[in-house]
Amino acid sequence: MSGRILGISGPTVTVDLKGLKLYDMVRVGEAMLIGEVVRLEEDRAVVQVYEDTRGLGVGEQAKGVNVPLTVRLGPGLLSGMYDGLQRPLERLREETGPYISGGRELHALDLERPWRFFPLKQAGDEVAEGDILGHVEEGPFRHLISAMENGRIASIHPGEFTLAGPVGTYADGRVIQAHQEWPVRKPRPYRRKLSPQAPLVTGQRSIDFLFPFARGGTAILPGGFGTGKTILEQAIAKFADVDIVVYVGCGERGNEMAELLEEFVTLSDPWTGQALMTRTIVVANTSNMPVAAREASIYTAVTMAEYYRDMGFHVLLLADSLSRWAEALREISSSLEEMPGEEGYPTYLASRLASFMERAGVVETLSGSIGALSMILSVSPPGGDFTEPVTQACLRTAGAFLMLDTALAHRRHFPAINWFQSYSLYERDMVEHFSATVSPRWGEMQKRCRELLQREETLREVAEIVGIEGLQDADRLLMKAAERIRLEFLSQNAYTEDAFSAPDKTLAMIGDILEFYDRAEARLKAGEFLDDVLKG
Amino acid sequence: MRLSEHIYRTVSSIRGPLLFVEQVLSVRVGEVVRIIRPDGGTMEGEVLKIDGRTVLIQVFGETRGLDVNSPVVFTDAVKKAPLSADIIGRVFNGSFLPIDNAPMFIPERWGKVSGFPMNPTARARPEEFIETGFSAIDGLNTLVKGQKLPIFSCAGLPSKELAAGILENSRLAGGGEFVVVFVALGLTHHEYSFYMRVIERMRTGFVAFINKADEPVMERLLAPRFGLACAEHLAFTRGMDVLVVITDMTNYCDALREVSTAREELPGRRGYPGYMYSDLASLYERAGRIKGMSGSVTMLPVVTMPEDDITHPIPDLTGYITEGQIVLSRELHQKGVFPPVDVLPSLSRLMQRGIGAGHTREDHRGIANLLYKHYAKGRDLRRLEAIVGRDGMVESDRMMLDFADAFERELVNQGGARRDINESLDTGIALLRRFSLEK
Repeated sequence: MSGRILGISGPTVTVDLKGLKLYDMVRVGEAMLIGEVVRLEEDRAVVQVYEDTRGLGVGEQAKGVNVPLTVRLGPGLLSGMYDGLQRPLERLREETGPYISGGRELHALDLERPWRFFPLKQAGDEVAEGDILGHVEEGPFRHLISAMENGRIASIHPGEFTLAGPVGTYADGRVIQAHQEWPVRKPRPYRRKLSPQAPLVTGQRSIDFLFPFARGGTAILPGGFGTGKTILEQAIAKFADVDIVVYVGCGERGNEMAELLEEFVTLSDPWTGQALMTRTIVVANTSNMPVAAREASIYTAVTMAEYYRDMGFHVLLLADSLSRWAEALREISSSLEEMPGEEGYPTYLASRLASFMERAGVVETLSGSIGALSMILSVSPPGGDFTEPVTQACLRTAGAFLMLDTALAHRRHFPAINWFQSYSLYERDMVEHFSATVSPRWGEMQKRCRELLQREETLREVAEIVGIEGLQDADRLLMKAAERIRLEFLSQNAYTEDAFSAPDKTLAMIGDILEFYDRAEARLKAGEFLDDVLKG
Repeated sequence: MRLSEHIYRTVSSIRGPLLFVEQVLSVRVGEVVRIIRPDGGTMEGEVLKIDGRTVLIQVFGETRGLDVNSPVVFTDAVKKAPLSADIIGRVFNGSFLPIDNAPMFIPERWGKVSGFPMNPTARARPEEFIETGFSAIDGLNTLVKGQKLPIFSCAGLPSKELAAGILENSRLAGGGEFVVVFVALGLTHHEYSFYMRVIERMRTGFVAFINKADEPVMERLLAPRFGLACAEHLAFTRGMDVLVVITDMTNYCDALREVSTAREELPGRRGYPGYMYSDLASLYERAGRIKGMSGSVTMLPVVTMPEDDITHPIPDLTGYITEGQIVLSRELHQKGVFPPVDVLPSLSRLMQRGIGAGHTREDHRGIANLLYKHYAKGRDLRRLEAIVGRDGMVESDRMMLDFADAFERELVNQGGARRDINESLDTGIALLRRFSLEK
């Protein structure tokens, strides 16, 4: 199917193709730029192009491909780095040098790399879509290969193979491939969704202890610039107790991505000791890369995450930042001349966000195992104002809200999670879990810790008026204990050993502080002076 | 692909810097056009949008005096910048025409004005220390090669003196000096002559792109891109370390808003276009280093915060893209501190990699953290002092107040003197010792 370009406006191109479906992929111009149909009119289609349209001319050809935008899924995705359209950036660099010029198609998977296939099924077996055919070893992971179609297996070959060839055939002649394509905007199927039960330990005390997060949950991290969103996201990517991490740098800084890559190659996973990169997939669509591809990047990432979830792994998707995605959506919407909603964002912003975030969850996969996809998404509200549309839209769906506070960041209190405003809807279930696995005192300690922080806040207001000397000894002791909670317990330096804190360490630390407080309080009651008590 | 120029006389309307031409066949987005003015002069423009046979052109330069009969020549070429090492030492206007009375150089090659995005895997991590000579920056908010670190100033604060100081005093850690690309946007004549005097005093190589306050707004959008195309050429083709100073980004953003409104685009916050983040990123993100190449592009944009408001869209979006910020404070300026850098909201995100043994000094991180911690405490206490008075405070708190004052007076304030990193750190140590705050 081919036609011509009729008009061009920013990232949207009008073509005279007929018979296309909405969200079909189209290649436009002599450079064969990739685009997606976003609007169909009588005899023309409006295409959102994922690359720089500069240099594109009217009258140039446009080709319909009859498939929607897809990603390639198969062994070898792990430790890879891709752009928003799943082009492998390392190989792109080898081929085109340090700059990305666009119009280039590269297979996301290395088709020449040898793999070893261990079949589970044999010739003659009937299989249904989603059934496991066997596995290949991808680093430390058992990468399950599942059937994409129903049928009876005629042959299946164990041993070495490459993705260029099949691993078997069906009785009716169809070949069995170890890799597949999947449309990015279509959630991958599962049998049923389960409710989040187990905690996702992030290694960040303020999250694990005060606002615990669940496997299969969603959390948002909104914060103005300089509040440490990226550092927190990266710390979680390093230390979270998950099998696989998909990290999306969506419209963020290029140098940050370079730093992340260099660090992840040298660091190891604290839970397994394996190199961190072997469990990580990075999708990088930096702020100066094409805007429309930025919009696609989070879908590319979530589809890869779901693919590994379907093998029964626990996958964590980290996106930095969702606001840049929303801005891309706004830019595309305004070039389509749609009616704007709040602050120029399209009115479908909230529903798109909700359906994206609903792709998280704990599921029973088609093959009957349990997989989970959790999401931690950062939001960059303009001017640090949380009443803006993106933060508000996220709040309706997200299970945890970890508000990053500019005032804390200025005091160099990191992670700058505000302990009064943040919340986690998973808290009750997770506290129960920690009480059972770490210590039965978890819940009680959490309550006391909160109370101390709350009382400190009240006392601080008094102290600002009368001076700290004007407070009673008991109150001054409380301020001291709360200060220790803030400085020693809730702060964590991302550049030291303390960057990761396991649950038992977390509990021991808060236990020490509470014990210090209880003892000192008892001594005060016995008539000692505060200064002596604090001396030791 | 057409191989010849096409001339059309079908301008249907002119709106600010925008021109609508009808009945145009075969045209491409980004194509350069020449418009012949009724007085015989020509000016350039670029194709922005095509709808069938109607073409929207953005004109670079003043559209006053144009009429609908003006012929428009479509050149079939995309805007390119002439690049050469001969560019060093030259001064150009916002349209890349020499204004230093010397003839145009012969380009070695032509490069795309807007550049290409750098492949993130090709980036080398910025970690080489740049000594600016200012303690507040070197000691507490260290700049490294390949970083983009804006100066957030307020109207009336000495941002140009600070920028000039950095231009004059910056040294690379391993010795060697920068080539400076200086981009002036919407500068008054007064500011322009100040900067030109500074540039002439410098011994290092420089390239200047000057767009003055009374020159076309469109050139304000073009000049930084020309400057960056040159910087990339000098850095990654010639292996030089380039420092790009752009002042003032506020004028750039206002120009962007002006053009966007003329295009009848949907305004975002405060009338600035919704794509301002991406547009600013297309400039700022061109800073960096590339693996296996020796040069670097470091960027120092100056942003004047309207109404001293750091949440204004211009500083806000800038802060989201750049790797930190140097914030100037009116209060410090009034106290006579120069440079009036408020270290609390200032930040260098890439500092961690650029300091310590092998970069600056082993004790750098420890000193910086202590100074910051105690100064922050002292600043907090100032509010208390305002309520209860100095006499109502305990001795240790009074000492913190004195420390904060001394910190501003002795460490941040350095007048016109240049301090190397050892002097900066030693000043810090001396302060900490005097107040016996460890170290």
